[in-house]
Amino acid sequence: MTYFEFLNEHGVTLLLGTVTTVKVLVCSMILYVIISMIFGLMRLSKNLAIQGVATIYIEFFRGTSLLVQLFWAYYVLPFFGISLEAFTAGVVALGLNFGAYGAEIVRAGILAVPKGQWEAAHALNFTPAKRIKKIIIPQIFPIILPPAANLTVELLKATALVALVTVVDLTFEAKQINSITWLSAQCFGTALLIYYIIARFALVPFLRWLEVLAARKVGKERI
Amino acid sequence: MEMGWRWDFTIEILPQMAIATLNTILAAGVGYVIALVVGLFFLLGQRTPFKFVNWVNREIVEFIRSTPLLIQLFFVYFVLPQFGITLSAWVCGMITIGLHFGTYLSEVYRGALEGVSKTQWEACRALNFSTIYTYRRIVLPQAFPIAIPGMGNYLVGIFKDTPLLSTIGVAELFHAATAVGGYNYRYLEPYTIVGVIFLTLSIPAAMWVRKLENDVNKAQGKIKK
Repeated sequence: MTYFEFLNEHGVTLLLGTVTTVKVLVCSMILYVIISMIFGLMRLSKNLAIQGVATIYIEFFRGTSLLVQLFWAYYVLPFFGISLEAFTAGVVALGLNFGAYGAEIVRAGILAVPKGQWEAAHALNFTPAKRIKKIIIPQIFPIILPPAANLTVELLKATALVALVTVVDLTFEAKQINSITWLSAQCFGTALLIYYIIARFALVPFLRWLEVLAARKVGKERI
Repeated sequence: MEMGWRWDFTIEILPQMAIATLNTILAAGVGYVIALVVGLFFLLGQRTPFKFVNWVNREIVEFIRSTPLLIQLFFVYFVLPQFGITLSAWVCGMITIGLHFGTYLSEVYRGALEGVSKTQWEACRALNFSTIYTYRRIVLPQAFPIAIPGMGNYLVGIFKDTPLLSTIGVAELFHAATAVGGYNYRYLEPYTIVGVIFLTLSIPAAMWVRKLENDVNKAQGKIKK
């Protein structure tokens, strides 16, 4: 069977899997961005209880393996009466795991905003909430986007793991086709290529565009 | 099926999990050593004066870095036998982890070498040192401390990625948990124990790496103390 015949027969299945992979990627990306913002701010709180909660969360999710967290969300949570659908469990586990890494990036970004900005906001008598929202947050984006871009490419790679909790994504389909046809080189080779194309020609250019946008917003033409 | 945590079951399976933990540590250690060496080869490809080699090297590194480790594992495990190379799951796993993280480590090495100031090279040139001597006595001793934190981070990273090896049947911790869970039809305790073991091993390791990073920064005068 030539490679062309292989694509002809199984290409559609692989593409359908790719759609699921992209869905998982987009959902977990939104979730992880929200979580990392919240916990990044909590980590810098002066209230010890809030700070402690954020620290425990971050250390816990960075300290254990993503695969363990995924299996825990899918196979163990039902013991506590919480049954999540495979897709939901996958997105939640990915979001929580990457949110922990993202929170550290956000924290570092906030700390990197020059102190004069805080003092100026103080001097202008801004309320604490307004200070964060109007002065600090808009300035952290050019700082946090480059490391966040790396993290997001890692997230794309990590979405492959949701196949192991029965989400029918690209990896799952590749495995399935492999067990039917035993054309391993074609199956997994194509899957690798698709992931590569998504990363190199869609995700990375998109993140680069965001970086340029953020830099322009704070008045830096070049980054 | 009984709900809630069962301590008798926990104690019953604990010895099995402890033995499997040793396998996990072994896998992470061997994978790390391979990755360290592979990283050197990628670094070499990056620094050779041939443009074409540079380009091919960069594309390979890019490709490996932007595709999932899981599928790379499947690829190596299922495709090599088709070319008549039959390797055990362990060997396949170690090769794949070594290749995957080798690309990351080559970036760490590169960053460290570029972190050594250019004037050091110029000074060696002026003193008429040979390239090998320059590397051995001047550049590498200064680059190594810069590379330590990155190298430490990827040791922890490899450790946390070893559960993926269970998908091709390497008998490490996660594999043991799945087997025990399937046999007894209870997943709560095995998977929780795996999580706890990972926490107790990787948090001290991460703290140690952070301390190392601090020490290095201090020694280089980047942080005033």
